[in-house]
Amino acid sequence: MAKVEVTKELIRRVAQNAHLNLSEQELEKFAPQIKEIILDSFDRLDEIDAADEKPSFQPVEMQNVFRKDGPKKCLTQEEALGNAKKELKEKGYFKGPKVL
Amino acid sequence: MKREETVNFFAEEAKKNFSKVAENAQKIIAEIQNSEKKKLNYIETFDGGSVLAQLKELEKWDENKKKKAKLFGVPITVKDCICVKGMESKAGSRILKGYKPLFDATVIEKARKEGAIIVAKTTQDEFGFGTFSTNTEKVPKNPFDNERSCGGSSGGAAGFTSHTKNFHIALGQSTGGSIACPASFCGATGITPTYGLVSRYGLIDYANSMDKIGSIGRNVDDAALLLETIAGKDEKDSTTLDAGFVVNEGAIRKVALVTDFFENCDEKVQKATMAKIKKLKEFFEIEEVSLPLNVKYALAAYYIIATGEASTNLAKLSGLRYGVQGNVEGKHFDEYFSEIRSANFTDEAKRRIILGTFARMSGYRDAYYLKAMKVRTKLINEFKKAFLKYDLLLNPTMPVVAPKFSEIEKLTPLQNYAMDLCTVPANLAGLPHISCNAGFVGGLPVGLMATAPHLKERNLVSFGKVMEIE
Repeated sequence: MAKVEVTKELIRRVAQNAHLNLSEQELEKFAPQIKEIILDSFDRLDEIDAADEKPSFQPVEMQNVFRKDGPKKCLTQEEALGNAKKELKEKGYFKGPKVL
Repeated sequence: MKREETVNFFAEEAKKNFSKVAENAQKIIAEIQNSEKKKLNYIETFDGGSVLAQLKELEKWDENKKKKAKLFGVPITVKDCICVKGMESKAGSRILKGYKPLFDATVIEKARKEGAIIVAKTTQDEFGFGTFSTNTEKVPKNPFDNERSCGGSSGGAAGFTSHTKNFHIALGQSTGGSIACPASFCGATGITPTYGLVSRYGLIDYANSMDKIGSIGRNVDDAALLLETIAGKDEKDSTTLDAGFVVNEGAIRKVALVTDFFENCDEKVQKATMAKIKKLKEFFEIEEVSLPLNVKYALAAYYIIATGEASTNLAKLSGLRYGVQGNVEGKHFDEYFSEIRSANFTDEAKRRIILGTFARMSGYRDAYYLKAMKVRTKLINEFKKAFLKYDLLLNPTMPVVAPKFSEIEKLTPLQNYAMDLCTVPANLAGLPHISCNAGFVGGLPVGLMATAPHLKERNLVSFGKVMEIE
């Protein structure tokens, strides 16, 4: 199948998708490295026909796993907030940046 | 290996005489402090007060409780990515600085029940992203030559195991070879179990379909003993198998050297490997086998899957709730998350997030991510076919001896990934494997790796035992 052209613009866009701001310097550094990995390694899979294979999402075959769904002991609200810094919690809740 | 040198022997003696526990723990503490003073960088977090408190608790154990304990008084170090209650656990990453878990990982809970003392967290590549433990702030140095790498990503675990002269076992973790590689470079014994044999609950994920917690010891008995105590089904991890592991030896009839992997190794490594294989022929029938698909395609499939899974796992790290946290006032969440992530991930983490996000993006997903999952099926089947005939497959663990840091700096990321050629296939297929020391080249250890069929860890123990015969 037709593959993509790996450009700085594409890498910047992918990075933004993943919440990463890349500096111009980082882009200069990463672009050829990522291009090399995609073209010389990832694209190698084009050589092999696996269309009829089932994908192995796990290396060991597994059946559906069920467990009883009932109430259990869990963290208290105070404990759950234990790793948040003072400025990022309020009235028993986490505080975050605005979304809208 | 003399029985007196095993942790099992120590634990039995310790039950009769508690002063041995205190004495050994004090020596380990002194070694940790000394290695820190010398900047050998094996240890990420150490809390002497907690060790003393655990000693006090152990001293109170009654005879009945002691009798069943397999690790009574045994110091265990823990790779930084495994959560220990109240002890900073940051998987070698700046973005998790200050995170103190509110719970123990299942493996820690199990080890404590067996009387283990949790002494310290060990250094690693950020989130396990690396082959040399250089993708982090605190880089461990090889005990055989401080200008060289310990290997990665469980570098601190193998480095300290090799450094210490006292009784101790390390908990490591492997996604693509992160137990075998450092064990090889540091001359230790590392066991990576079948995917799903050991619970991943409380493990800071790298790639869920490949992460495995395992053990690194000075000998096969030690590594196998720790594996026995942590193995088993866990309700908290739905991918754990309905299986356990009890230390014993499997019957091995036929073994094969994987020629494709062997041919890609440095000449000196080949020579040391062949010398050891010649000796092994006194114990096993050894033939040769080829795994042409694995040698050609495993690395590509592995890096697509690993970066794909890693990029989703790392999406939760956003500077809220735990770890590094900034100032949210007046900022939109996109801006805040991007700021925190950009400032705190290493270059390697950024590269892997970009690669993984790309491989899963709409338009590319079928060509890369899904294709890699299908290729993985072919690669697993190639192994299964070989195991119809052989009980173990052998190859040099790493294509080189531990490289110098100055040599590692010159590698491109792709050259760096290629170093995992011999360890990635077994990891991608979820197969249990062991790395044992096979000799030395210029004073540096060379590891020999054996891979067994799923859940045949006992074959690895048999192999390890034979490897230790002088």
